[in-house]
Amino acid sequence: MRTELRVRATQALGRDRVRANIRRAMDGLILKRRAAFPDVEELERLRDQGEAIRDHALANLPELLEALEGRCAANGIQVHWARDAAEANAIILTIIQGHGGKAVIKGKSMVSEEIGLNDCLSAHGIEPIETDLGELIIQLAQEHPSHIVAPAVHKDRREIAALFSRHYPDEPYTEEIERLTALARRVMRERFKGTRIGLSGVNFAVAETGTLCLVENEGNGRLSTTAPDVHIAITGIEKVIARLEHLAPLLTLLTRSATGQPITTYVNMISGPRKPDERDGPREVHLVLLDNGRSGIHADPQLRATLRCIRCAACMNHCPVYVRIGGHGYGTVYPGPIGSILEPQLQGLERQGELAQASTLCGACSAVCPVRIPIPQLLNRLRFEHAEAQRGKGTGIRIEGFIWRAWATAHAHPALYRRVTWIIRRMRGLVGLSIRPWNRTRTAPRIAPRSLHALVREEGLAND
Amino acid sequence: MTDARRRILQGLRVHAAAKGRAPAIPVRRFEWSQEEAVDRLEQMMQAVRTEVHRVDDAWPQRLAEELTRASARRLYYGAKGPLTGELTAGWPDSAPELVAWEGSIETTRDRLFDEADASFTSARAGIAETGSLVLWPTPAEPRLLSLVPPIHCVLLERRQIVSTLHALMVEERWAAQMPTNALLISGPSKSADIEQTLAYGVHGPERLILLIR
Ligand code: SF4
Repeated sequence: MRTELRVRATQALGRDRVRANIRRAMDGLILKRRAAFPDVEELERLRDQGEAIRDHALANLPELLEALEGRCAANGIQVHWARDAAEANAIILTIIQGHGGKAVIKGKSMVSEEIGLNDCLSAHGIEPIETDLGELIIQLAQEHPSHIVAPAVHKDRREIAALFSRHYPDEPYTEEIERLTALARRVMRERFKGTRIGLSGVNFAVAETGTLCLVENEGNGRLSTTAPDVHIAITGIEKVIARLEHLAPLLTLLTRSATGQPITTYVNMISGPRKPDERDGPREVHLVLLDNGRSGIHADPQLRATLRCIRCAACMNHCPVYVRIGGHGYGTVYPGPIGSILEPQLQGLERQGELAQASTLCGACSAVCPVRIPIPQLLNRLRFEHAEAQRGKGTGIRIEGFIWRAWATAHAHPALYRRVTWIIRRMRGLVGLSIRPWNRTRTAPRIAPRSLHALVREEGLAND
Repeated sequence: MTDARRRILQGLRVHAAAKGRAPAIPVRRFEWSQEEAVDRLEQMMQAVRTEVHRVDDAWPQRLAEELTRASARRLYYGAKGPLTGELTAGWPDSAPELVAWEGSIETTRDRLFDEADASFTSARAGIAETGSLVLWPTPAEPRLLSLVPPIHCVLLERRQIVSTLHALMVEERWAAQMPTNALLISGPSKSADIEQTLAYGVHGPERLILLIR
């Protein structure tokens, strides 16, 4: 079947340079994460805590959101609710236009990608300025992030050097990473100084204190939330946690799982706008709480685990599919294993159900997930539902359904099973021909002349 | 948008789950001696390119030497900061010019961005486990002081060093008194967005000089 996903994945497999860049980066991230958790028992203890904290937050989501809203309001943060992308964009646009804003300095925010904020702002004559180095590269290249933590991971320094020299012709050409980074600092400096509206995402929103916690390394997140007169924060409704103390294990899990760092350079906890006696900081802080399909996921007791995610990206770093097709191969805002369970739920099985097949079910994702999301189980559930919904629609699916039913029947009836396997063994020379699509990218399987049953009958089991 | 609020909350209440109390997380801490804690903090911060100096009461002299070597011309500090008296009293004449930040950011912005080569702040605490400085910016030492100038200098007292963030939050009862902005700083600003290769000095300070007394 030539579905969009398959076409995109095939194209991605052909981009050797991108594949090499991603492979190199993922291998590095895997090693860094491993080194950051030298003590397996401690890691498991932390994962227990992370899972419990996030589960508790989701079980109490409506109450915690109300508590968060109340605390934020008491602190002077204005809270807005958005059911979908259009509502969120409208809220943000209204705030910016209310201040006569012509540009917005942005810290990294995947939720702003999810709602297509940049396009919306540009369409209304407002310039979105991505300030995170990776996001800046992506914006200049007019692409979308290929990874949720390292958005420009698919590009190497030569591509970035070429991109910068095209956009900043007055700056000297360089391929040195230190100097490319310094160049980004120079060109962003004036924007930080002169822009009056800032926008950021949120890593955790603490209900108990009305605190927005943001982690980052570059300082652009702090600048975007401190230097302007107005700070707009946007987050999904699932990011709330009950207690401030819960930040401690979650931060440890997040930064170690993501990049192997014991902590990021900056952990920024914002609990309100500038107070009358304070000398800097925004005079207004807004928090936009976005649903966009999350309450639907929340309603299902099994699928709800999807919302535990703290967006560390460890699942994609360890995924054999992600490392081969990269973020762009998925064609969605959230790629990798988390994307494969989240996107079909956010956008519906009709549009993204096939994504649940973009996995080998090897289980690497759930083995590293800091909040223990059972990604393979959820993928299976979504595959089943997608197949059910598709039943009878296309011949491919009908044949597949027939094959699996036959397989199930054979396994349930020993006599039939023996007869079928006897026939298959006799015809094993033909098998290579009959499953050609499978063999196109794989070595053909060889069927053994004698069955395992027969061998066991003759030789017995070693530890019988 | 009150309608959105009502609808979202309604949707979340459809399937009420077993609620239960917020999980109590045992406080993570290490029984390090003060010397061990200082060593750990120093080592962790040096690993992310913080310049650490152990100092005595003559620290302003020491800082002035460092900044002279860096060819800094102006050091910004908070006019009413807790260490201002010591800083100004011990500052040598030949050293970079001391500039006090007194007004609001609106009147200070241009100078802070354009002429401040370095800044000085106190710290509220140090966290040994992760090698982090804890700052709660105040009117006396505003937020951008530790962020905009290319060199950020901090004096930390040895007795301020604790083992973990968790222990500090609990002991100081942060939940009852969160400031507008609480901050952990662990090194100068950096990025690994190009080929996963670390480069220091992106948008925040390029250098972090830590004096431990
Ligand atoms: S699903 Fe787990 S591993 Fe993947 S990004 Fe979310 S928290 Fe990290």
